[in-house]
Amino acid sequence: MVTVELTRHLFTFFPQLQGRAIHVEAATVAEVIAAVDALAPGISGYLCDERGRLRTHVNVFINNERVADRGRLRDPVPPDATVFIMQALSGG
Amino acid sequence: MSDRILVGTRKGTFAVDRGAAGWRAALSGHAGVGVNFVARDPNSGTLWALLGHGHWGAKLSRSRDGGKTWEDAPQLAYPEGARYIGHDMPTEVEPDGPPPPVRFVPATVLKLWYLAFGKPGQLHVGTIPGGLFTSHDDGESFELNRGLWNHESRGGDLFSGDGRGATDWFGTPASEGGEFAPGIHSISVDPTNPDSILVAVSTAGVIGTTDGGKTWRSRNRGMLNDYLPDPTAEWGHDPHFVERCPAQPQHVWQQNHAGVFYSSDGAANWKKVCAPEQGVHFGFPVAVDDHDGRTAWLVPGRSDNQRMAIDGGLFVARTEDGGETWEQLRKGLPQENAYDFVYRHALAVSGDLAFSG
Repeated sequence: MVTVELTRHLFTFFPQLQGRAIHVEAATVAEVIAAVDALAPGISGYLCDERGRLRTHVNVFINNERVADRGRLRDPVPPDATVFIMQALSGG
Repeated sequence: MSDRILVGTRKGTFAVDRGAAGWRAALSGHAGVGVNFVARDPNSGTLWALLGHGHWGAKLSRSRDGGKTWEDAPQLAYPEGARYIGHDMPTEVEPDGPPPPVRFVPATVLKLWYLAFGKPGQLHVGTIPGGLFTSHDDGESFELNRGLWNHESRGGDLFSGDGRGATDWFGTPASEGGEFAPGIHSISVDPTNPDSILVAVSTAGVIGTTDGGKTWRSRNRGMLNDYLPDPTAEWGHDPHFVERCPAQPQHVWQQNHAGVFYSSDGAANWKKVCAPEQGVHFGFPVAVDDHDGRTAWLVPGRSDNQRMAIDGGLFVARTEDGGETWEQLRKGLPQENAYDFVYRHALAVSGDLAFSG
């Protein structure tokens, strides 16, 4: 199972995810986001635009590595990985 | 008589209610979120807010209990294959290289900018990059208006091919991310005939339909551009806001980058009605009287390069004769060290009340 950690800012919009451990079956970043969207419908639209690309100011890490494929989210996710979905610090 | 003002701010949606002790403002929702526009559907009573989350994208929000609680509405999305012709930035061009090829950009919602209501159950939303979306089911689903999106002035049908490979629609950097793309900030529905709609685009001009959005045509005759080689060019105009008189919908007003324009024939012909000696030229908002199409209000600024009140004193300009003469209304507004500036959606008039952001 893949563990998913979300920035707490997303709990404002998806309070049902707050305080719970999120474990999903997924082999790519796209599958992780689809699985989280099943738990919190609509969250994929917060993370990705309508073409499925990660929004500019969203970062996703697999363990400590930032994902490379922000367009189609095909980076492989090992079964025991932790995926962090964060807001990007964009300066300022 | 209105007893409530809805205010969208960079810090959330506020309701300002009139009570025995006067007007009182309170946060209604979206704390800390940028709210581009908020409006109440007169048919259903539902409140609608257009949000610009810095990180999480543009979101449509609604309240069915008068602003006590808000929820995400079904979201707008550009359909697969929706593209527009992008504008190359200087940093993207090789100094000594050949001109870059025409850039076709897949469309995504960069900003929800304006909302207007038509027939019962009908909502229109204006967006950057320049798409008009309409719902016929009270906001449960929205559809891109393809007649406008595929308009010849925009470059033609880019769903089925590359169109004519050029566009007359330029852009605005007003999207949340600052991307340069066209934007619809004004949607003026004729209340006596909701199939007749005027839309204003930064930067392109005014475009109108009389058949409910199937066909569109330029409504820029008489508008002048003082920043183009040909001031009478059909496209390239920068309307800042367009509004019409509900009771006399043929009377249409426009605050434009290049001055103030007025039409008494439904935007078929525009007339420049500036009065520079009264400070009436540059600005963003315009409000029109509910009953008298010749009466309108503006909040002028110094100029495009000095976006601030004129000489440190803020005023509202009013005409009651179709722009022949103007008066400055200053009572109660700051007149010392005031460098405020009012943008396009932050002026509203209802009965004897006028509100300004």
